[in-house]
Amino acid sequence: MTDAIQALGSGGYASAESAARIWKAGLYAALAWAATAVVTVALPDVVPWGSAGLFAAITGAGAAILTVLAFSVSRLGKAGERIIYYGPWFIALGIWFLLWEVSTAKLGWLPKPFFSPPHGLLNVYVVDGPRLLVCILYTLRLWGLGFFSGIAVGFIAGVALGWSARVNYWGMPVLKLIGPVPATAWIPATFYFFPTTFAASIFIVALSAGIPVAILTASGVSSVNRAFYDVARTLGADNRYLVFKIAIPASLPHVFVGLFMALYYSFAVLVVAEMLGAKYGLGWYIQFQQAYSGYANVYATLIIMSVICAGIIKLLFVARDRLLGWQKGIL
Amino acid sequence: MALANEAVARPRSVSLDVHAVSHAYDLEGRVLDVLDGIELAVRPGEFVALLGPSGSGKSTLLRLAAGLERPRAGALLEDGQPITAPDPSRILVFQDPTLFPWRTVWWNVATGLEARGLLAKHRHRVDDALALVKLETFANAYPHQLSGGMAQRVAIARALVNDPQLLLLDEPFGKLDSLTRLSMQNELLSLWQKVGFTALLVTHDVEEALLLANRVIVFSDRPARIVAEIAVDKPHPRRRDDPELVELRRAVLATLGISADV
Repeated sequence: MTDAIQALGSGGYASAESAARIWKAGLYAALAWAATAVVTVALPDVVPWGSAGLFAAITGAGAAILTVLAFSVSRLGKAGERIIYYGPWFIALGIWFLLWEVSTAKLGWLPKPFFSPPHGLLNVYVVDGPRLLVCILYTLRLWGLGFFSGIAVGFIAGVALGWSARVNYWGMPVLKLIGPVPATAWIPATFYFFPTTFAASIFIVALSAGIPVAILTASGVSSVNRAFYDVARTLGADNRYLVFKIAIPASLPHVFVGLFMALYYSFAVLVVAEMLGAKYGLGWYIQFQQAYSGYANVYATLIIMSVICAGIIKLLFVARDRLLGWQKGIL
Repeated sequence: MALANEAVARPRSVSLDVHAVSHAYDLEGRVLDVLDGIELAVRPGEFVALLGPSGSGKSTLLRLAAGLERPRAGALLEDGQPITAPDPSRILVFQDPTLFPWRTVWWNVATGLEARGLLAKHRHRVDDALALVKLETFANAYPHQLSGGMAQRVAIARALVNDPQLLLLDEPFGKLDSLTRLSMQNELLSLWQKVGFTALLVTHDVEEALLLANRVIVFSDRPARIVAEIAVDKPHPRRRDDPELVELRRAVLATLGISADV
């Protein structure tokens, strides 16, 4: 008992002490970011890349913010705790920027056009920003149409496959044959069947997203504990109720695994799907820049794509946690 | 008793007649005989316990009575009407609570009413059923947050909310610890006395059967036949150490081929 009180007491002291102390990791990070800024403006580029001043301003501002945070972060409560948690990452980023600057623009060890310094990528956003923005919108339109139509059809097909023995008998072998074939292999056939290349592109993305959702939904529905159906039937449930209120909610954990796979697959085929006669889109932009050795533009676009993908995955996690909160303690 | 205040007064209980019922399962090409000419008449409001060795087909009889399966031979009648499909007037409570893990306690209990489209008008019956098993404060909890005994009480509330006239209980307390089991037996007894349904309880606990039931039916090994029928004419509440019950327990164990000195 006294031990517990002491432990509580010392815990309280520790947090009070750290509140008064400065955040050392923040200072180190500020130092690394400031060094990046200084190196970027003070040393000349081997080959001009542009936007060096802007990059120095951004990293310099980052260093200033980190310095302020180093003395004030303990007063920011919950947000402050998160910032402190990522302290080592801020240091690593600063050092990474510094090494990256030095090895590319300043010393030329990693030469143009195959490599680009960070301000080279920044320059892409500055110079080609409007066009990239249009490309992002085009890509999101293609991805959105393909992904959502794909998972909708995949989900319905999966429920039918998992629920009906007859649908399963005919559908499952076909799905198992089609499943491993890369979605891009269907490009020749889609060109024949779809009126526009845009529709064909949507179909490729939809196919890549739909198949994992269909397979996992089917396995989810067919692996639902039979006792749940017995209970529901004795309580007066009809088939409709069994499908919508028992089979589907019970299989949602499987469905979400399928959705995550669908997300990755659909992003992977997006670049290829945008090769099909597209005029805009991040995949098209990458292809186009690659042809002209615009590798800095390619890297800059890849960063945009991974940020978008990570953002959508984050959204999917939030959706899953909301829908599958009942799983806590089961997993 | 709010559950009883129905617009249309229904009889609270039904009779169950089991006529020459035999049943078998196909297991990897072999036919496994489970029930052999079971003949049983349960009167309305009666509490009957089915006792027998494990795997003797007691649960099968309950599944047949619930209408989840049709017997290979013979017939089961509810108030003289043949049982061909599940019906909310006969509810089966399983050994596992089998609560729907994605639904809160309230929605688990509401399942039967929702499935029959009665929920909008009868939401209060869900609250009443939860109050009946003393779980009204857990309405918004998820099944994984409940103890075994609480989960089984939710399962019983989920059955009772439908006003069953025949409650089929398949070793409902089999997986509970012994203290919880004792209190759940008392709760079931008081529910039966209050609500007045007909109860058919499958158990392998001789004491439980003698404490609760008006009549104890003893099954043989598979394929099951009825080997003994013991009327327990003691008023409730009964004491475990009642000399007459101790004597009956000895007799029942003897029919099961077990020495009473255990």
